[in-house]
Amino acid sequence: MTPILLTPFDIAVAASLILLDAALSILLKLRLHWQITVAAARMVLQLVAIGYVLRFIFSLNNPAATLLLILVMVLVAAREVAARPERQLVGHTNFVIGVVSVGFATFVTAMLALTTAIRPQPWFDPHYAIPLAGIILGSVLNSASLSLDSFLGSVRRERQAIEARLSLGETYGDATAPMVRDAIRRGLLPIINQMSAAGIVTLPGIMTGQILAGLDPLEAVKYQILLMFLLSGGSGLSALAVSYLTARRLTDQRQRLRLDRLR
Amino acid sequence: MSPTLIVKKLRSELAGPFELTLAVGNCAAITGPSGSGKSLFLRMIADLDPNEGEVWLNDRERASMPAPAWRKLVTYVPAESGWWADRVTEHFPAAARSVVASLADRLGLRADVLNASVQQLSTGEKQRLSLVRALLLNSPVLLLDEPTGALDEESIRRVEALLQERMAHGTSILLVTHDQGQATLLGHQRYRMVAGHLERA
Repeated sequence: MTPILLTPFDIAVAASLILLDAALSILLKLRLHWQITVAAARMVLQLVAIGYVLRFIFSLNNPAATLLLILVMVLVAAREVAARPERQLVGHTNFVIGVVSVGFATFVTAMLALTTAIRPQPWFDPHYAIPLAGIILGSVLNSASLSLDSFLGSVRRERQAIEARLSLGETYGDATAPMVRDAIRRGLLPIINQMSAAGIVTLPGIMTGQILAGLDPLEAVKYQILLMFLLSGGSGLSALAVSYLTARRLTDQRQRLRLDRLR
Repeated sequence: MSPTLIVKKLRSELAGPFELTLAVGNCAAITGPSGSGKSLFLRMIADLDPNEGEVWLNDRERASMPAPAWRKLVTYVPAESGWWADRVTEHFPAAARSVVASLADRLGLRADVLNASVQQLSTGEKQRLSLVRALLLNSPVLLLDEPTGALDEESIRRVEALLQERMAHGTSILLVTHDQGQATLLGHQRYRMVAGHLERA
């Protein structure tokens, strides 16, 4: 079975559904028609652009170019992680913590997959490395931003509790352990939900894509299972890294709680 | 007898510089308007906020030991107590239960208070329990921030009596209070905090 290739006409037919949404919005006075149109246009432009970028990078088949694109993706993801919490660490610390944890988690899990399970020839083949990094990044971004938001929120809320323990001579690590634990838990919830629902509530994207592309469902399922494991590993690593790095950043060598480093 | 606590040129961006010498078993009482820096001063001595300067306990400067070790010797009890678990009993070492119970009884707390959940406690109960928590450490120096602020007359007397007993056994106390009578009763030295500076009263 070969994949069915889409013609511009096929896409135009589907685009009429956007017009349907817009018409609904006008009819029901939802005042969303402009937003829907802009979002749809943005989506088309972004996807076409990335299509050309990917085609170009694939044609280069060069590890440096592949790495560069992945690096740009990591930086964008880190910016999202940094921007999410209500309060920010002073300076660019939010962003630095985002880059380190997202980059670390993505790199470790992607490398594991590329050198053991998937093993493309050569191992940096952009056809595999880039989509893989992208899908891991999505999950890692989600976990990291939830963990960061959770930790910064709880540490502010629990300031009195933390300082009560510090005053009694407990270490900063002991005093903030519950908040670190909560932050890591928070970061792991989405992937647990995703795994529990996979196949029953949702047919995961990669699997669906591969089935549409003509792969045998069981082969597609194997890929999806591998990916879920990679995503949970990535989520765990990024939640862990974000939580510990943020906790470190909010203290000093005298084990104080430095909320003055939040703005 | 050598002084217990010596504060030298202690300052932060917000308050100071402070100089203070407190002898063994003595109490320095600090009064002054809200926002004048009384709590900041205690927090700086406990090294909870960034600060510069020296604080000596007997012959040891605090920088010579890790901050947690210092805070076990020079223990700060804030005006508003903090709680990190749901049940009161989880905030006390299991081995100290009988000591806790007898201290709680002396401060007029109900017998079942240890089995209560923190949410059920009144402000005054929390304040006395947080004092008990600190007293368990047997720290040579206590930094008490309005320890009777939320208490009724009867409980205030009980707390004062307990503090006097501790001082008789050699504990030194730095006391922040709004109660002039208490400052007179407990304070061997009396100070007034005015706009981040300590004045002898």
